[in-house]
Amino acid sequence: MKYGFELAAMLVASVLALLGAAFAKDPQFQAHAWILFFVLAAGSVVLLRNTKFAAAGHPGAVEDTSGYMDEVVKYGVIATTFWGVVGFLVGVVIALQMAWPEFNIEPYLNFGRIRPLHTSAVIFAFGGNALLATSFYVVQRTTRARLWGGNLPWFVFWGYQLFIVLAATGYVLGITQGREYAEPEWYVDIWITVVWVAYLAVFVGTLVKRKEPHIYVANWFYLAFIITIAMLHLVNNLAVPVSFLGSKSYSAFAGVQDALTQWWYGHNAVGFFLTAGFLGMMYYFVPKQANRPVYSYRLSIVHFWSLIFLYIWAGPHHLHYTALPDWAQTLGMVFSVMLWMPSWGGMINGLMTLSGAWDKLRTDPILRMMVLALAFYGMSTFEGPMMSIKSVNSLSHYTDWTIGHVHSGALGWVGMISFGAVYYLVPKLWHREQLYSLRLVNWHLWLATIGIVIYAAVLWVAGITQGLMWREYDSQGFLVNSFIETVNAIHPEYVMRAIGGALYLAGGLVMAYNVYRTIRGDVRKEVPMGASATAAVPAE
Amino acid sequence: MAEKEIDKVSGVETTGHEWDGIKELNNPLPRWWLWTFYATIVFAIGYMAYYPAIPLIEGSTMGMSGETNRSVLQQELKAADEAKAGLVSQIEQASLQDIRSNDELFRFAVAGGSSLFKVNCSQCHGSGAQGGPGYPNLNDDDWLWGGDLDAIYTSIKHGVRNGTDPDARDGQMPTFGEGILEAPQIQQVANYVLKLSGQEHDEALASTGQQLFAENCAACHGEDGKGGRDFGAPNLADQLWLYGGTADKIAAQISKPKHGVMPAWGQKLDDVEVKQLTVYVHSLGGGEQAAATQ
Repeated sequence: MKYGFELAAMLVASVLALLGAAFAKDPQFQAHAWILFFVLAAGSVVLLRNTKFAAAGHPGAVEDTSGYMDEVVKYGVIATTFWGVVGFLVGVVIALQMAWPEFNIEPYLNFGRIRPLHTSAVIFAFGGNALLATSFYVVQRTTRARLWGGNLPWFVFWGYQLFIVLAATGYVLGITQGREYAEPEWYVDIWITVVWVAYLAVFVGTLVKRKEPHIYVANWFYLAFIITIAMLHLVNNLAVPVSFLGSKSYSAFAGVQDALTQWWYGHNAVGFFLTAGFLGMMYYFVPKQANRPVYSYRLSIVHFWSLIFLYIWAGPHHLHYTALPDWAQTLGMVFSVMLWMPSWGGMINGLMTLSGAWDKLRTDPILRMMVLALAFYGMSTFEGPMMSIKSVNSLSHYTDWTIGHVHSGALGWVGMISFGAVYYLVPKLWHREQLYSLRLVNWHLWLATIGIVIYAAVLWVAGITQGLMWREYDSQGFLVNSFIETVNAIHPEYVMRAIGGALYLAGGLVMAYNVYRTIRGDVRKEVPMGASATAAVPAE
Repeated sequence: MAEKEIDKVSGVETTGHEWDGIKELNNPLPRWWLWTFYATIVFAIGYMAYYPAIPLIEGSTMGMSGETNRSVLQQELKAADEAKAGLVSQIEQASLQDIRSNDELFRFAVAGGSSLFKVNCSQCHGSGAQGGPGYPNLNDDDWLWGGDLDAIYTSIKHGVRNGTDPDARDGQMPTFGEGILEAPQIQQVANYVLKLSGQEHDEALASTGQQLFAENCAACHGEDGKGGRDFGAPNLADQLWLYGGTADKIAAQISKPKHGVMPAWGQKLDDVEVKQLTVYVHSLGGGEQAAATQ
């Protein structure tokens, strides 16, 4: 019986969820158990409908497992698109809440609850699915091997979606550890650990059975991302639950040790999730889209190892001028400064891969998107080391400059390279000749770019305004501004930020539409990119 | 595995690896990249030698600077305190009147008071001291407890109805709606208060209300309704209202009065700071001369 084991496991888990709901120690845990029960019950029904029974000795139609396993990648691409739009939408909502507090809807949709919903949706749901889908696609092609583990990749995909649903509903219900980017409580942490180990097994299993003699650089980055995130997640989430049927736990660390553990995690979530993982994506899709060889093998080795080695020490720069001992702050800063060139190695290797193919930018908006991603990557990986310098940090810390910095990296680098990968993958996966519309890709590109530029620029202004107002003294030596005056001063920037975010969201919707029409097999009648409507057919 | 070959576009040799059609060129590390990387490492070593950097069993290396965040902060705070010390000690010695009449001390007290106000007072009174419903505006001349320097000083130092300072300003208005006045009577008094403050009112109700006012309210608010500062009883004959000046709001306040509370700032701030705040609040526009009050 196909899916026999899976079905049994789902049903057992459903019963456990039901028991969890019955004996829960607090209403939040009970609500979560009910959500889990309904999700699992619905999943069981879907599985049951797809089950095939075969008579003994007569195996039913055997699934072809000789080729690449691309069905799970398709699901990943759709999930990436869906969660991207959701994450951007929630981002616009919280930007509006910052500008006009009336948008807070108590208690479920206030800023405190949906801010982590936004960050988790864009980092883990959008970014995470993009990494899952592309790593599964890339590792198969660069090893010439089918994904290892039978149906395990499906478990990874659906297990990951379950993690997203539990995390997101938890935030809205008010379940949180209060650790930035690690808000889910202990039981969700355990679940994602199980899923992540399965992910690692699939990835390493595929590498082991590869038919290529060498492991391609993209896979180094993907592997570094998977392993390091596992380590960071495990250490940062060490906690003692109050009850095994309750939603609250207490961290194993206290005081400044707890803060440092959190920012060791927090910064390396940026380093290994949002940088290393997406560099893996870049190393496959940029050379493929440009149809050029990677610029320098040596640079890829040196910048890979220097990036991996240096990044892990940079976390303390999030705790400058706090109770953290001076020596740790010093190390956090100098490792961040040394990280500048290793980060730029990826940008150089990506951009220089285009040498000899720059003319393609005129006609290929997907490649244009990837180049912009690399440009934003370069900008924010310069800005980061600069902001880690203590004297700069004393101005920038706690201000909106930090938020602007994160978004130039997240919207510019992570978003754009993922969009590029989605546009590359959709026609390939669904066997379409081409995308529905390249002109719409160009629209997406410009909406997103203008959105990012507005967003980052106004938050530079807002952040520096805040920083300067907080430290302003009068001639007699007294502080000049009250906190609320600094908030009032940046209200126009907050409004502009929401506008920038809305433009970026609009770009995401354009992409979703383009993906949908491409999957349907439609092709838009349009003038090809690079040719104006009135231009004559170029001479041969 | 593909053979090493020369890439036609760049003229550079490939490494001979190939994955799904992707080859790699064997370009060297860009020189500027490498030298900038070395430079950041040299900077890091220098910085680590200058500042605390290497953890030891007890503490850490202190670096050539010998500076820590904490020591630098303490130096800066010390320097700031020393720069102010002269004027601070003068304020400590001087009376409020003397501070008011000495230009240098006055400027210093207002600057310091303004800064203290933003941290401690603006949450209720507003960053412009403009007040809000339930919180008095400090820019006008409508004072509950008196508006000369000494009265403001007492209000700030001891606060209002806080239960933590025995010398706090205190005054309670009876809950007239619970067994003292009937609902129609409250309407009558409210109409009289509307009349006192020159607002539209029902004359018939107000004339009955006048008698009730004299019996129940005048003891604190005065015969003419102009208030009594000994009890913090507001002036009812002006158009400035703490809890609203409509018939409904006035009736609600008579029926079940709200009473504002303010912390005793003397328990948190030192005397120089309370003096600075006093002079600042006094300077906002409504400050009174001592002679003007009884």
